[in-house]
Amino acid sequence: MSQSLRPYLTAVRYSLQAALNLTNFSSQVVERHNRPEVEVPNTSAELLLQPMNVSRNEHEQVLIEPSVNSVRVSIKVKQADEIEQILVHKFTRFLEQRAESFYVLRRVPIEGFSISFLITNKHTETMNTEKLVDFIIDFMEEVDKEISEMKLFLNARARFVAEAYLGEFVY
Amino acid sequence: MSDSVVVNYKLAKAPIYSHCFSQDRSILALTLNSDCLVFRLIPNGKPQLVATLPDHDKTVTSVDISIHGRIVTCSQDRNAIVWEPLSDGSYKPTLVLLRINRAATCVKWAPSGYKFAVGSSARIIAICYYEQENDWWVSKHIKKPIKSTVNCLSWHPNGIMLACGGTDGYVRAFSGFVKGLDSKEQVSNSPWADKFPFGALIREWYDGAWIHGVAWRGSQEKLAFVTHNGTFNVVDASDEILTAEYPEGLPLTSVVWVNDHEAVCGGFSCHPVLFSEGANGWQFSKNIDKSVASRTPVAASFEGGDDQDENPSFGISALRKFKDLDLKGKVSTQVQECTHENAIMELAPYAESSGNVTEVSSCGLDGKVVIYRV
Repeated sequence: MSQSLRPYLTAVRYSLQAALNLTNFSSQVVERHNRPEVEVPNTSAELLLQPMNVSRNEHEQVLIEPSVNSVRVSIKVKQADEIEQILVHKFTRFLEQRAESFYVLRRVPIEGFSISFLITNKHTETMNTEKLVDFIIDFMEEVDKEISEMKLFLNARARFVAEAYLGEFVY
Repeated sequence: MSDSVVVNYKLAKAPIYSHCFSQDRSILALTLNSDCLVFRLIPNGKPQLVATLPDHDKTVTSVDISIHGRIVTCSQDRNAIVWEPLSDGSYKPTLVLLRINRAATCVKWAPSGYKFAVGSSARIIAICYYEQENDWWVSKHIKKPIKSTVNCLSWHPNGIMLACGGTDGYVRAFSGFVKGLDSKEQVSNSPWADKFPFGALIREWYDGAWIHGVAWRGSQEKLAFVTHNGTFNVVDASDEILTAEYPEGLPLTSVVWVNDHEAVCGGFSCHPVLFSEGANGWQFSKNIDKSVASRTPVAASFEGGDDQDENPSFGISALRKFKDLDLKGKVSTQVQECTHENAIMELAPYAESSGNVTEVSSCGLDGKVVIYRV
């Protein structure tokens, strides 16, 4: 792990631990509803806490938006060039289409970020909060590795294809 | 399990938001999803389920048992129900006319057992009492100046003053004086106010963080409250707020007085903590039932000095690779050794001797009810 990645992940871990203290909270606005307060247009601002932005550099950031019964965690994955942009888009889209099986994944990332998680009090009640934090940290570690691996693989494949194709025209 | 744990009941697979023991400690009532379960305690055995109170159709948020054995439950379906125990062990439900249009969040019997208060998301506290002529429970509302959901309630032992805290960051003390039930003698010589008309705001204190728990100390005329930013606070009639911070910083959800100078709090750190008053004010005193945090490298156990290691053949190393794959993500996990595996939602005094609370009970999101020795 590189020098600056560890403090970044540590900051995210502690911010998540501070944010993931959720209670079962029924809506004050709509009768008989119990909804994630961070996701609804909110007239009661006291239910939202100050969002936290942890940023390693302009390409790698995490935004944590806590509220009384839900936390939204948005991650910006490093995208150095156009290939990485495409890869990140495809990769996160693949996951988001299967959001049900990931439980905490949000179907659409919020503006300006690559992928978003929505953790509600239902999740912290049925799952171990420590492990949820571990999962997100683990995801952040792995996704960079995954993208650069895919990029290498893509480049190698492109070279092979180009060689095989253009080899036909060699006199 | 440390020696401060007296009993540890694993009673449910879902979170328990609230629990209550009867006056003689023979009955335990707890909330479970949209039901309320009633257990009979058996010495040295698992509690025996005697009744399920099923009439709510949304999450039951709070339960309380009066000194007469009546159970009151309230739920996010906007209703509260009083359950009268019958001689055959079953319970007869009576719906309370709460007249609120949002979830009911907390309920507490007054010490007399003839009225109770219900806090709600409708920014209302309903004081409910039994009306003989109509044979039902009716309510009177306290509305002003509550600005957000009421999270917690506590009756003063005099049965008239009622403290509440909520997500608007205020702790307020109201008068819950009901004509015909209460008499003025109950609050004679009270340092808080001269007159106690129903619904009067007697005091309010601003903290700013969500208030999760309040508790009166009648003999000292003091009020303790705990907040989402992890502080324990004590106020008295002179309006001075004494604050003690919880070093772990996690939110506290509930507070119980042990004696005049000590209080137990519980919260998202999964174990109770003791605060005490010394020469220089209130301070964090100690953790109860907290294990030393141990980071156990689970994967490392496979690298122990077995004879496999001396001859790392191909097959074994492939096997280990698969085993390690399975352990992915586990390595940095803190091993939880507290009795509660998730946040504590509510504390209640369990046993007292000579004015000191010696044992407190707690319920948590992990579906356990635990009794701790203080």
